[in-house]
Amino acid sequence: MLKYIAKRLLIMAVTLWVIVTLTFILMISIPGSPLNSERNTNEVVQANLEAHYNLDEPYYVQYMLYIKSIVTFDFGPSIKQPNQTVNDLLGRGFPISFELGIITIIVALISGITLGILAALRHNGIIDYLAISLAVLGISIPNFVLATLLIQKLAVDWNILPPATWSSPAHMVLPVIALATGPMAIIARLTRSTMLEVLTQDYIKMARAKGLSPWKIVLKHALRNALMPVVTIMGTLLAGILTGTFVIEKIFAIPGMGRYFVESINQRDYPVIMGTTVFYSAFLIFMLFLVDIVYGILDPRIKLHKKGGA
Amino acid sequence: MEQNNMKRSPGNIPDEWFSWKGKDTEAAETVARPSLSYWQDAWRRLVKNKLAMAGLLFLVLLALFAIFGPILSPYEVNKQDLPNQYQPPSSDHWFGTDNAGRDVFTRTWYGARISLFVGLMAALIDLSIGIIYGGLSGYKGGRTDNIMMRIIEVLYGLPYLLVVILLLVVLGPSLSTIIIALTVTGWVGMARIVRGQVLQIKNYEFVLASKSFGTKTPRIIRKNLLPNTMGPIIVQMTLTVPSAIFAEAFLSFLGLGIQAPFASWGVMANDSLGAILSGNWWTLFFPAFFISFTMFAFNVLGDGLQDALDPKLRK
Repeated sequence: MLKYIAKRLLIMAVTLWVIVTLTFILMISIPGSPLNSERNTNEVVQANLEAHYNLDEPYYVQYMLYIKSIVTFDFGPSIKQPNQTVNDLLGRGFPISFELGIITIIVALISGITLGILAALRHNGIIDYLAISLAVLGISIPNFVLATLLIQKLAVDWNILPPATWSSPAHMVLPVIALATGPMAIIARLTRSTMLEVLTQDYIKMARAKGLSPWKIVLKHALRNALMPVVTIMGTLLAGILTGTFVIEKIFAIPGMGRYFVESINQRDYPVIMGTTVFYSAFLIFMLFLVDIVYGILDPRIKLHKKGGA
Repeated sequence: MEQNNMKRSPGNIPDEWFSWKGKDTEAAETVARPSLSYWQDAWRRLVKNKLAMAGLLFLVLLALFAIFGPILSPYEVNKQDLPNQYQPPSSDHWFGTDNAGRDVFTRTWYGARISLFVGLMAALIDLSIGIIYGGLSGYKGGRTDNIMMRIIEVLYGLPYLLVVILLLVVLGPSLSTIIIALTVTGWVGMARIVRGQVLQIKNYEFVLASKSFGTKTPRIIRKNLLPNTMGPIIVQMTLTVPSAIFAEAFLSFLGLGIQAPFASWGVMANDSLGAILSGNWWTLFFPAFFISFTMFAFNVLGDGLQDALDPKLRK
């Protein structure tokens, strides 16, 4: 197990290095400088500005400075937003995005797994067909379309819920639904198919023969095995939810990281783009690592390997 | 022979009821049912899956409309007609008009061209790189495979859409750069699938036989290994196309997709975000409907193909 973790950590470090270097190379190869604007600044001001952001140094020095800034977790000042550092933006936006992401994950997991179990238990029944239809619809409708429909119907036409911003639990309902539907559908489909497979296994028949109640069989015996594939795809789902927050935050005017990221792209604000990309990637890669570890703990075969391998 | 038969018949049935008809060696050897190749059998099973066939039908119709749709309409794709903005669907404008008075019906089919083109190209490029990389890695095995897989593991950890966004910021949004950005890390999934299949199949006897005849590696990969990995590859492709279409719509929505005057479904949806709040639902409805239904059709077709191409389910 330790060897496994060490190997994963090493790959994680290399992946991070690749994304950091890739970001740097891409940023210096962008045509035009963020300091070029319509205003004609005189040459001295321009040179001073470039010196302030270290844009006049040779690339390898810039690269070293860049690596140093990342290691010390200091992404420097934003170019377009005066008197703001990237850290300020991260500190302000990330808690909100994190909250949105966590609530979405929890909602998606609970509703997806419940739906999947119900569908499997009522195989080929009405609930099953409803669940499958809902799942395929959820996968097919892009979250930005769903978000717009929700705003139109629930907020504008029926005036039940507030259409935008992030200030009270009521404000959270629509963005979370819009963001959670896709992952929920994927989880439901996966839970259903593995649950169907698990329910035909001999040990389930055995549990039934012992006279255990159906719910106990499902919750204590079947679910643990049926959930393994869900754990496997958690990494992909997390990445999807994270990128999903970009559009959802844009549509619902939520002041989170995603909105700053989209704005920084449109404004060519290099330090913010680099900072957020690196931060997001590090966060995601770390999450993938955690998922792998959780998988190792849950999967008895990897546990056996630990005893034999150590 | 004949006597033997008679002796064996049960007591209450008279022996005269039985007679020896002789042996028809030819009839015994004929195959009663027509022999089906793998593909015929897969097709037969796919046809039985109504949902998958509906998906296939939708996609065929969509492709036809993408090609011929614009001819049906008297309007030009980017022709602005400001006095006629936000016309609801009518016999003049079947899908209504948008904020600049452009005909939504015409724009929808131009959007279909772009969305389908992006999806198919991304899937084809992923396929080519994935097959070469995965095929080599799986076939060579050993240290080569080890190194190639480490590279894949690193690439697999990169957040897909973040890399795509970064690339598009640098390359500038256009049709070709979107396809490039989508495929830079997109081929990894295909390579993993091909490698897994090749690893399994390369140990079968017919490959050993081919090797012992002195067949060269590229030919073994092409002739022995690839045809037997086609099932999972096709399924993966039907799932790549909708995810590329979604990614294009997503990027257009962020303002990083196809730029005006081109109309992709994502661009159309993005343009009409404001319009829907003022009640002009059709400007969003048609592109959103076609994005959703195309993804739906590809997904159900992919599911159907997965079942149809799985040799384990062959009856």
